Amino acid sequence: MILLLLKRIGFMLFTMVVVSIILFLLLETGLTGDPATRVLGNFASDEQKEMWRDQHGYNQPTVVRYAKWLGNFATGNLGTSIRYKGPVKEVLLPRLWNTAVLGFWTFAIMIPLSLILGVLSGMKEGSILDRTISVFGILTTSVPEFASAVFFSALFVFGLKWLPGTSSMAGGFEFKQLILPALVLVVYDFGYVARMTRASMAEVMTSQYIRTAVLKGLPYKQVILKHALRNALIAPFTVIMLQINWLLSGVIVVEFFFAYKGFGALLLEASLNNDIALLEACAMVAVVVAVGSQTIADIGYTFLNPRIRFT
Amino acid sequence: MNDNQEPVLVCKDLCISYYTRAGEIPAVVDFSLTVKPGETIGIVGESGCGKSTVAMAIMQYMGANGGIKSGGITFKGRDLTTLSEDQLRSIRGSEISMIYQEPFASLNPSLKIDTQLMEVPLAHENISKDEAYRRSVKMLTDVKLPDPERIMASYPHQLSGGQQQRVVIAMGLLSKPSLLLLDEPTTALDVTVEAGIVKLIGDISKTFGTSQIYISHNLGLILETCDRVFVMYSGEVVEEGTINSLFTWPKHPYTHGLFSCIPLPTADKNAAPLTPIRGQLPLPFERPSGCYFGPRCDHFERGLCDSAHFKMENVDGGAPDHRVRCLRYKNINHVKAQPGGTAKKTLKIGKSVLTVDRMKKYYEVKDTSLTALISGKRIRHVKANEELNFTAHESETVAIVGESGCGKSTFAKVLMGLETRTEGEIRHNGKNISKISVQDRSTKQIRSMQMVFQNPFDTLNPSHSIGGQISRVLRKFGVETDKKEIFDRVMTLLDTVKLPRDFYFRKPRQLSGGQKQRIGIARAFAGNPSIVIADEPVSALDVSVAAAVTELLMDIQRKHKTTLLFISHDLSVVRYLSDRIVVMYLGHILERGTANQIFAPPYHPYTEALLSAVPIADPEVTKRKIVLEGNLPSAMNPPKGCPFCTRCHRKLGDICDNELPAEQVVADRHVIKCHIPLEALKKVAPVIHVPDESERLQQQVAV
Repeated sequence: MILLLLKRIGFMLFTMVVVSIILFLLLETGLTGDPATRVLGNFASDEQKEMWRDQHGYNQPTVVRYAKWLGNFATGNLGTSIRYKGPVKEVLLPRLWNTAVLGFWTFAIMIPLSLILGVLSGMKEGSILDRTISVFGILTTSVPEFASAVFFSALFVFGLKWLPGTSSMAGGFEFKQLILPALVLVVYDFGYVARMTRASMAEVMTSQYIRTAVLKGLPYKQVILKHALRNALIAPFTVIMLQINWLLSGVIVVEFFFAYKGFGALLLEASLNNDIALLEACAMVAVVVAVGSQTIADIGYTFLNPRIRFT
Repeated sequence: MNDNQEPVLVCKDLCISYYTRAGEIPAVVDFSLTVKPGETIGIVGESGCGKSTVAMAIMQYMGANGGIKSGGITFKGRDLTTLSEDQLRSIRGSEISMIYQEPFASLNPSLKIDTQLMEVPLAHENISKDEAYRRSVKMLTDVKLPDPERIMASYPHQLSGGQQQRVVIAMGLLSKPSLLLLDEPTTALDVTVEAGIVKLIGDISKTFGTSQIYISHNLGLILETCDRVFVMYSGEVVEEGTINSLFTWPKHPYTHGLFSCIPLPTADKNAAPLTPIRGQLPLPFERPSGCYFGPRCDHFERGLCDSAHFKMENVDGGAPDHRVRCLRYKNINHVKAQPGGTAKKTLKIGKSVLTVDRMKKYYEVKDTSLTALISGKRIRHVKANEELNFTAHESETVAIVGESGCGKSTFAKVLMGLETRTEGEIRHNGKNISKISVQDRSTKQIRSMQMVFQNPFDTLNPSHSIGGQISRVLRKFGVETDKKEIFDRVMTLLDTVKLPRDFYFRKPRQLSGGQKQRIGIARAFAGNPSIVIADEPVSALDVSVAAAVTELLMDIQRKHKTTLLFISHDLSVVRYLSDRIVVMYLGHILERGTANQIFAPPYHPYTEALLSAVPIADPEVTKRKIVLEGNLPSAMNPPKGCPFCTRCHRKLGDICDNELPAEQVVADRHVIKCHIPLEALKKVAPVIHVPDESERLQQQVAV
């Protein structure tokens, strides 16, 4: 287990280095256009650009610059955001926290809801309950976030006037403002996870060990809870862990729509404004989250499935 | 057995149907059965005959589309078909329990054995967890599992197949049921493990007084375990009777057919070839009127057998409970059921084709654990094959026998060039091929060595037509290049394997298992190979189909003078068709010689145990019982001395543990690898005793 963790951390570092090289080549070198033009705009004079390059050390050899950049990154100096006129760290961390809050509430509702509905519909394949849940799941998943965002706004903001239309949290954190963004995300994602759970549960229910459990004379509830559930959760578990990745970029539309100050909105602004340092930091965060969630998934497997053991 | 007691289970005129979109499919028709306390009933038949459906109906577990159409199942006076789900639950697992074909699939992979065992008494009786644990441990001891506490704390995947099946049996017996259903409980297990389980099942009814219904396709196993037997064909019972009367005087032509399909360990391929039952099992909605077996029966009489469906009747002059569903059984002159086809001429064994000389195959396993990293032992060896020596000649059939994990399939892989050997040589027609992997072999070399695989269902590409698949082989092997010629060759090949020519255009899914295996054989013989390796070619097939495929393989071999390497675990088939036998255990050849030499003393102790484990479907043949204890050791960590020393019943002592025995030559090409001196081995009595004519007559008089 320790070896696995070490390996995973090593792998994460390796991925980060590879991603950082790609990012560096794309954003900080002339490969995809002059960084000075990118920052100063098309109308800057050659002298201005040259000065900027000198100031920011862009005239040094690429390798040296990369090494410096990497060193800064490793010591927590993420650079300065041009857009927000301040250190990237100070901009990024609160945004990341906001998205984490949104993500937490989305998952806190979505996971139990989709697992319960998925298990219920997988228990008796083809039953009325199963069909209702399946159709509902497909329906909600097939509506994209921007459409459901518009729909829910129209309903709850303009129609019923229950909820605020923006979630900028201008007057401090307000739970009411979190409801709509979370609702849109839950509605979009729950159908997907529920259908995965359903398929997995249905397969387990036809397995021979479930037949054994039934023919042992166990009560139906015990057959489901003790024998079926744990085996049926293995596949959805993978999907749920992958949803964490999805959430990082999936929130862009929702956060932008509701003016929620989160990671997705930040990423969007950074790329729209050629905020190089901010973009780089965001990409690194994404790598950490992706590899990190997969490591957690792998460790989680060993608890769900005793046949997998890391030595 | 007590005749005065109330019967445990009565099935009366049971009709079971499945309801699908295509309509109602009658799976079982008019099934009647009475089980007395302590009695073991055998239900025998080929796949699709409805034997498992009967078991599931007794359990009232038939899925959403199955249902009992008419008739009743009465268990201890209660009609099971009318019980509610709750009432059924109190019977399932406590009064009737079931043991399944695949022990691994029927145990929950993510729960420990203790949880799975303890919940049985906990669900049915009001007892404490400690009491449940105590009982579970005791039951594991009763089913002869060593170290029950360790087993209790294990997950299913940490146990071997035999141990898993014993756990499932223990689970079934925990609540002391009055009826135990066993659905092919040993089909997925090795022969020596099977022998142990069969012995255990036999002891159950004695120790616990449990009635049992034993479902199997293997007549030999039924003979060893049951008191009475029901033969099923296409959803109905065609014959029933006590083991003694049915096995000695089978009346129904189908029962007869089944017996003629099974090679007895006394028969050989030239003197008494198998006579397969012609045709195929009819699908439930294609059943003919009258006798379902009619179209395949040699004694069929138009106008009589095909007019109306008829009932079972008592056999005239037979035992009182011997009943048969045949109108003409009195008119059929029943010779003693024995493989009785016309004798075929013995093939002359030709020159040596294949020589295997001190061939070794080790696999490297990289250990990535932390302890291995520290101790430096990162690479360990799986010794799949150790020093194999043998030769095979033209037109000769050499069988390689052994339990799973003995290295026989590895050997086939090395031979085919899918793996390369670690040491030693394999010479094919004088050329050393052991170092050339299959990609580097010339077309001619590949062509001359082909393989027939175990599972015909997975070996054909489902999206190509049969004709296309065989044509491709012909093109690849460079047998023919012209399109027309190739087509003609495929047609001849289809003729050779006795399939209709219009199969050319069919897809694999339209074929039955036996037909698919015939295609597999046609494919292997397409390039006219000099050696064909058949890896358990009939073990996935039903008995009557297996007999036909075996005969086909023999016929083609006769015609082409092919050397056949037959890999199998089934000693009766091996005895029947092979000229020479190689017995393997844990990568070593323990004994090799001609079929006659292997089947008569002196035996290697392992050969002796293997022979004893073969179920024989002839009540007059007697066997000495030798049940091997323990499991096959891991090939990663084999015993230091003789590979068989951990399970040997004739172990001498320390010498067996510490020294690898030398090969002792008994006669020309008959070699035994054992420490026991030949003189002592020669004194061992034969395992299988076949009575000769005079003894047979005496027995019949006595009956």
